[in-house]
Amino acid sequence: MRGIEKSLDSFNAQGIRPVAISVDPPEASRNLAQQSGYTFPLLSDQNGEAIRRYDLVHAGAGEHGQDISRPAEFLVDSSGTVRWVHLTENYWVRARPEQVLDVAKLLK
Amino acid sequence: MNIRRLNWPLWTGLLLTLVGFFSYISVFMWFPVTRDFPWANLLLFLLAAVLLFIGLRRAFAPDRPHPRRSKILASLVTAFSALVIALFIFGFFVFARWIPESKGAPKVGQKAPDFTLTDTSGKPVSLAELLSTPINGNPPKGVLLVFYRGYW
Repeated sequence: MRGIEKSLDSFNAQGIRPVAISVDPPEASRNLAQQSGYTFPLLSDQNGEAIRRYDLVHAGAGEHGQDISRPAEFLVDSSGTVRWVHLTENYWVRARPEQVLDVAKLLK
Repeated sequence: MNIRRLNWPLWTGLLLTLVGFFSYISVFMWFPVTRDFPWANLLLFLLAAVLLFIGLRRAFAPDRPHPRRSKILASLVTAFSALVIALFIFGFFVFARWIPESKGAPKVGQKAPDFTLTDTSGKPVSLAELLSTPINGNPPKGVLLVFYRGYW
């Protein structure tokens, strides 16, 4: 997410809107955005609505044993179609902004 | 303690082990090159292992002033360091891979399921809105959804 913030100008120039989603309540996301200087939207999925629909629930993996989201990235085009998916196999390995920007060039 | 008698390879080995362990989260995690594969940390551990081995051999050499004490101490320091290195390797290569498979996640070419979530000011936001609200006056070409574990 730090990488996304750094590349935010490139994302905007490509017409791509990055959005981060977690089960954190809005206040927690607001604190995170303030502390880390994130200016893209952080959305709160407290009931796990989106996380369930995208089959990303990591049951009991939260700090207090709550269900959370596994890390995952999706690029969705303006028609609502998924154009690129990254489901990491290792918690530490995340998609790099360059990967997404390369795919974004192909979108109209 | 006489500086010439100090088992410096042993203690440097311990120090490098600890540096190798803690530097991932404090330093190397922030750069994709050292984050996606922790070669910098593994290199530090390798160097630490060599030094610990030398230190262990020194401690078991016959010329030590307190042979019993240095043997026990060196064995404990080496065992502790080995445990720290094993913990790191387990954490990165085993524990970090305990992630659900997400076989039902939307695939390329499929419709992204819509959702309505709450932004940081408590306002509801849907995927449809994210896909239609202009960016710098132009209609967006797409939305990048980044799901993360959260910190709460």
